[in-house]
Amino acid sequence: MKIGYYPGCSLHGMAIDFGKSTEATCEALGIELEEIPGWSCCGASAAHSTNHLLGLALPARNLSLAEEAGFRSVAAPCAMCSNSMKKTHELILSDKETAAEVARITRREYRGGVTVLNAIQIFLEYGLDELAKRVVLPLKGLRVACYYGCLLTRPPDLLKFDDAEQPVLMDEVCKAVGTEPVEWGFKTECCGAGFSMSRTDLVCELTRRILENAVNNGAEAVVVACPMCHSNLDMRQANINKMFGTEFNIPIVYVTELVGLAIGVKPKKLGMRKHFVDAMRLTKRLSAEPQEEVARAS
Amino acid sequence: MSRIGVFICHCGENIARTVDCARLAEESGKLPGVMVSVDYKYMCSDPGQNMIKRAIAEHKLDGVVVAACSPHMHEPTFRAAVVQSGMNPYLCEMANIREHCSWVHTDRELATEKAIDLVRVMVEKVKRNQELFPIRVPITKRALVIGGGIAGIQAALDIAAGGHEVILVERQPSVGGNMARLSETFPTLDCSQCILTPRMVEVARDPRITLYTYAEVEEVEGFVGNFKVKIRQKAKSVNADICNGCGDCWNKCPMKKIPSEFDAGLGYRTAIYVPFPQAVPNTPVIDREHCLKFLKDKCGVCAKVCTRGAIDYEMQDEIIEAEVGAIVVATGYDLYGIGKEQPNERWKGYGEYNYDTYKDVINGIQFERLLSASGPTQGEVRRPSDGKVPKSVAFIACVGSRDPEKGIEYCSKICCMYVAKHAMLYKHKVHDGQPYIFYMDIRAGGKNYEEFVRRAVEEDGVLYIRGRVSKIYKDGDQLVVVGADTLSDSQVQIRADLVVLATAMVPHKNAYEFAQKIGIACGSEGFYSEAHPKLRPVETMTAGIYLAGACQAPKDIPDAVAQASAAASKVQLLFSSDELEREPIVAKVNEVTCVHCRNCIRVCPYSAIDDKEIRDRHGNLIRMVAEVNEGMCMGCGTCVAACPSKSVQLAGFNDEQVFAEILALGHE
Ligand SMILES: Cc1cc2nc3c(=O)[nH]c(=O)nc-3n(C[C@H](O)[C@H](O)[C@H](O)COP(=O)(O)OP(=O)(O)OC[C@H]3O[C@@H](n4cnc5c(N)ncnc54)[C@H](O)[C@@H]3O)c2cc1C
Ligand code: SF4
Ligand code: SF4
Repeated sequence: MKIGYYPGCSLHGMAIDFGKSTEATCEALGIELEEIPGWSCCGASAAHSTNHLLGLALPARNLSLAEEAGFRSVAAPCAMCSNSMKKTHELILSDKETAAEVARITRREYRGGVTVLNAIQIFLEYGLDELAKRVVLPLKGLRVACYYGCLLTRPPDLLKFDDAEQPVLMDEVCKAVGTEPVEWGFKTECCGAGFSMSRTDLVCELTRRILENAVNNGAEAVVVACPMCHSNLDMRQANINKMFGTEFNIPIVYVTELVGLAIGVKPKKLGMRKHFVDAMRLTKRLSAEPQEEVARAS
Repeated sequence: MSRIGVFICHCGENIARTVDCARLAEESGKLPGVMVSVDYKYMCSDPGQNMIKRAIAEHKLDGVVVAACSPHMHEPTFRAAVVQSGMNPYLCEMANIREHCSWVHTDRELATEKAIDLVRVMVEKVKRNQELFPIRVPITKRALVIGGGIAGIQAALDIAAGGHEVILVERQPSVGGNMARLSETFPTLDCSQCILTPRMVEVARDPRITLYTYAEVEEVEGFVGNFKVKIRQKAKSVNADICNGCGDCWNKCPMKKIPSEFDAGLGYRTAIYVPFPQAVPNTPVIDREHCLKFLKDKCGVCAKVCTRGAIDYEMQDEIIEAEVGAIVVATGYDLYGIGKEQPNERWKGYGEYNYDTYKDVINGIQFERLLSASGPTQGEVRRPSDGKVPKSVAFIACVGSRDPEKGIEYCSKICCMYVAKHAMLYKHKVHDGQPYIFYMDIRAGGKNYEEFVRRAVEEDGVLYIRGRVSKIYKDGDQLVVVGADTLSDSQVQIRADLVVLATAMVPHKNAYEFAQKIGIACGSEGFYSEAHPKLRPVETMTAGIYLAGACQAPKDIPDAVAQASAAASKVQLLFSSDELEREPIVAKVNEVTCVHCRNCIRVCPYSAIDDKEIRDRHGNLIRMVAEVNEGMCMGCGTCVAACPSKSVQLAGFNDEQVFAEILALGHE
């Protein structure tokens, strides 16, 4: 299976671990990712908050490049990237006037032939049964809290991905690779995202609530599919502990890392050493025992 | 040569705004056979009607066309007017230039042209109209009331008090409906059971009322004054004539863990059961879906312990046929559920409240059961998960209601009141508890209602928070309710031990299918439609069928009872004469040309056509033809279309008239 790949700025920069784990995991699964030639920034939150048309034109350009290159689907693991691309795709298809305006700006046509996949959808496309078969180190019994944040599902009528209030698809992926998703109440709560710099205090409070609920419901790790969520939950833990006198020390892993581990990709190739909160311990604790089980089973 | 009068109404501005009425009058006046053509602001008013009456006398008219609103609205008015001038009512027709013209068009020029066409068509028809005379049919002075909630009970008692027989059909094993499940009722806080149960008993005792419980109406045929109904009496498996309600059977039944419908799933019942101790009738039924005898052919304990031998496992459903003259529909309401699975695709559940998976998030009826002395906790407020007395309770109003996002746009009207009641009653029972109410607006219109809500706030310390709840999640053994306080413009989080949702009142299950079965209409939400939202609130568009209670719209008890009494008085009105006049718009078979192919008999949706034998003087059968029963024909015209030998004609709409209309349209 060969699909287009849109790493966006973050997967090359601050979320290099997300990038690396996506690439390594896909490679191991036999999914060939090919970067869209000449892609540019999707504009993320900055563009659409300044100018509506700019917010559409930037992703539209990338979509049309992908279409031109012949990709039917494009993996855009960063939740912000897939969010803006999916929104643009829907708006261009539903509103002819805007579509013409956007085409005038980008000087390119986008006909709507590309399906954008977020990180979770890459695995759904691959097939969960198929994925389960590839598991060699089932992270059995690892209790994880699947955190979707805002961008994966909202706005629901445009993104058309999962249930915006009670999403379950990341949980399904985590189940397929042998972990145990916990039931908890903050799957779609906002982490503060873009206020990370300007209102760190707010972000710390929002993030604290998320972590607290995950821990209280027995999670040993939080699984994410968004660089912004990851940085807030991972990087801010020390800060939060100082601010609130808490003792959080919970690994935050990308869904691509978790799947990678389970199918036997080396942690180093997944970029897992880059986290602020040590995530390597997950692998140490859980790899030995299940391996035996696999041996026994086979 | 015909002498037709054309009368054009402005309907205030409704018609005149889009149609040039003066020009319409002028053009109509030029039509062949039209003697007089005038326009007037309100033709239906007294001066308007007089204008028509005078013109009939003055111009010796033999036909009248009123160009105005829909005949649904005022045909009876104008026909009555011409009768006063000695004209047969069926020589008066209406051209609908409002609903069919002014309301749906904007271009004045074109709309006026269309109005001229519509008048011309009607003039041509009226020229060919014949005098018709109403058909008189006898009235069966017996009423059927469907649904034994408070509305159905009230309607049945009122009709019976007027001296008429009533058949009351209730689907559950007992009458009482939702009111029987309530604890105390706003705004007076009188005990629901205490005011309801005496009426339940009365219904069962009144010799004029025949009560069928555990029964459903299967089929309704016929028409006002002469309905034929089929009622399915589901097999109770208990012979009610022998059973004395001692309770030995249900005390011994081993199937003890069936969620009780009456207690809204908070309590349990047995397979042989009466839904609640005060049930009427107080004889049990066997729920065959849960009974071991029916599931596995085991047990049979109830038959063994019943000393009177009332248990009958062999009992079959029975179809009861009855003739009634009027029907009151009082099938009530259900509550919207917040689960993921919904009965239709418009409604969506509340994922943000975890789709009905938290045990301590309950609905209003469940809370009523917790408050009720006869409920699963004997009236102590204890939460379902662990039986603890909740020290803080969050009540959330407008769950589903007024939320187009979830598919229900209307206001359920009564929840503002019962939410205040719930918070108040909770406070009366748990003195150190804190009730919170999340609301959008407080809608307390009604006698002593606003005062009631104020009492909750001022005397019982209920905390009202104006804002929506965005999320409910579990934290430890508590629930955290996250919402907005739009008055202080802040976010709030309440830790609650119990959450009570005021979920929307929705039409009862299968309301749509039921409406189709008995031949009445319902709106897009599924509540049954009244004939006119202001002027005919208890009638349906089907003559002889009336509405009472929450099946028509969300209602509280006073409104349900008022409507029930109104429906009952409509029934009495109908029953006050011995015969009924029916419109003579019926089909007639030409016996000379009929070849007895029986097509019409097969297609008639009302089974109004039968075979007829034609015999000679000596009684020898000559041949067979079809014959329409005038009492049953609804004038739908299906047979006319189906007859290959053109032997059926519909009075008032015969071929000549209809073709004249079509030809008039083609005129240029
Ligand atoms: C939580 C809550 C609290 C309330 N508190 C109050 C209060 O304090 N004061 C107040 O005034 N009102 C209150 N109400 C409103 C009250 O319940 C209704 O106004 C009242 O019950 C309406 O009566 P009804 O007879 O129209 O309908 P229902 O009570 O619903 O009765 C309808 C009956 O018809 C039967 N039925 C349905 N379909 C069929 C069928 N096809 N064939 C035969 N039978 C059928 C049903 O089984 C039922 O018995 C409350 C409502 C709720 C939800
Ligand atoms: S036969 Fe059925 S109803 Fe009777 S006692 Fe047994 S389970 Fe209960
Ligand atoms: S009655 Fe009150 S709570 Fe119920 S839907 Fe209307 S506004 Fe909401």
